Amino acid sequence: MNMTRAVARRKQAVRARRKWADQLPLHLMILPGLILVLIYSYGPMFGLSIAFQRFIPARGILGSEWVGLRNFAFVMSLPDTYEVLWNTVFIASMKVVAGLIVPVTIAILLNEIRKERVKRTFQTLIYLPHFLSWVILGGILIDILSPSYGIVNGFLGLFRIQPIYFLGDNDWFPFVLVVSDTWKEFGFNTIVYLAALTSIDPLLYEAAEVDGAGRLRQTWHITLPGMRPIIVLLTTLSLGNILNAGFDQVFTLYSPQVYESGDIIDTFVYRMGLIDAQYSFAAAVGLLRSVVSFIFISVAYILAHRFANYRIF
Amino acid sequence: MQYNSSPGRKVFVALNYTFLALLSFLCLFPIIHVLAISLSSSGAAAAGLVNLWPVDYTIGSYKYALSKPEFLQSFVVTIKRVILGTSINMLLTILIAYPLSKESSVFRWRTFYVWFFVLTILFHGGLIPWYLTIRATGLIDTIWALILPAAVPVFNVILLLNFFRGLPKELEDAAFIDGAGHWTLLWKIFVPLSTPALATIALFTMVGHWNAWFDGLILMNSPKNYPLQSYLQTIVIQRDFSTLTEQDLMVLQEVSDRTFKAAQIFLAALPILMIYPFLQRYFVKGIVLGSVKG
Repeated sequence: MNMTRAVARRKQAVRARRKWADQLPLHLMILPGLILVLIYSYGPMFGLSIAFQRFIPARGILGSEWVGLRNFAFVMSLPDTYEVLWNTVFIASMKVVAGLIVPVTIAILLNEIRKERVKRTFQTLIYLPHFLSWVILGGILIDILSPSYGIVNGFLGLFRIQPIYFLGDNDWFPFVLVVSDTWKEFGFNTIVYLAALTSIDPLLYEAAEVDGAGRLRQTWHITLPGMRPIIVLLTTLSLGNILNAGFDQVFTLYSPQVYESGDIIDTFVYRMGLIDAQYSFAAAVGLLRSVVSFIFISVAYILAHRFANYRIF
Repeated sequence: MQYNSSPGRKVFVALNYTFLALLSFLCLFPIIHVLAISLSSSGAAAAGLVNLWPVDYTIGSYKYALSKPEFLQSFVVTIKRVILGTSINMLLTILIAYPLSKESSVFRWRTFYVWFFVLTILFHGGLIPWYLTIRATGLIDTIWALILPAAVPVFNVILLLNFFRGLPKELEDAAFIDGAGHWTLLWKIFVPLSTPALATIALFTMVGHWNAWFDGLILMNSPKNYPLQSYLQTIVIQRDFSTLTEQDLMVLQEVSDRTFKAAQIFLAALPILMIYPFLQRYFVKGIVLGSVKG
């Protein structure tokens, strides 16, 4: 009795050790990445504690004075905060809407082209801007939108329209952001929608044709419903971007003249923290942004999982 | 499928082609315009004579740009960054994706690790603590500041682990029976079978490193360490408008070095424009792979 139990126990121990030995390489593979992520992604999360301090770099996080929520109270008392928040949400939601309508429309139009080569050429051209950085596109936009020598104002001048200072005028600036962002990104999403379109069963169109439905009705009753899952999915996921108005773009295109309409949370944090060295205030704003974004992104993923059966892993 | 070719349909098709051609042109036009400016004389550019074709053709701007030590220096930094950064990103992506592609019953810690990495997509420390962390680890002003903090591209890890999971399970069993370990299995079977996915991910990673500029701008104190795009940002974008009136600006806005800036913009975009036509199917695949995986 005792013997057999001892043997069984030893067998179990061997099996456990073998299991551990089996898994050891798997742990080792993850280790380097784990350490880097721990330092550079989790480190900053703990670094957020400076939002509750009067952080002085020379003293470090451990030596700085804790001030509770005073930084947050200060941030809330700044009128700039509300302006920046409004700009962010306004610009980001306009981008979401434009980023939905334009690619869906273009995908449907591209889908009507039956010559594969022509279709592919158009595709290739429209999503080229996606692969260029905002520094390059920003440089190009600054040039073509210039009020003195820009080609856009030159073109408008043909119709006797006075030069418009697109990048320096608060009425125009947010729209320049939305239009140029859509210009850069619509090709990218068009491809995604187009991929969804090709998975629609051609038999459906044939049946509709037999029943006497024209192209327009086919688009309305077959194409759009066929795209609905992917539209719902991408729109839901873009919810997570509600506080992400596009730092790279705004940073390359804005100037103090258009802070009123174009300053967003991320650029505000950048100037406050890295230019004015107000680390604690900037971290407080950043923390609020991260928390709100976290909620939105999580909700977006949960909704996408519920309604579109989407899993990230 | 039969298409009805009623007159209405023909008109639609013609309009559709025209519209899409116009749209494609609109996407390409700014780039061609800048190219034309960069190849024109500064006088012609300043007078606004250049549209799609260079006026007073000259390559002076390119000569000047390529003779500037700052430009070349930053170019070298970028090359280093692309090579080092892409290799490290890819290595870590593969190494992390493999264990995470196992079932939780095989790899007990999987769930923990997955959440460990995914949480970093959902929640960020934000710019300031991120900067302070990098400074605290002593990377400021070194090339590693541009590589290590973003060494694990979690999104790519997810793409690849999903790809690994799609590989036939029998291969794995057969390899284990033949006495292969995890390392052999990963490098001898998984990686060779995933070349298309790996190539696509590597391509996007390279483009990402080539295009990155903000990290270089804030993590390098000395301009000689700037990567190309950061350097470009400082000369093309950074303008201090605060002290000038709108009228001043209209006249003063760096009219003389317009062609020079255009040349540098075009040079920075050139590698991407060059590989783009040849690798465009990989680009398409990357988009589809990243957005609508099942």
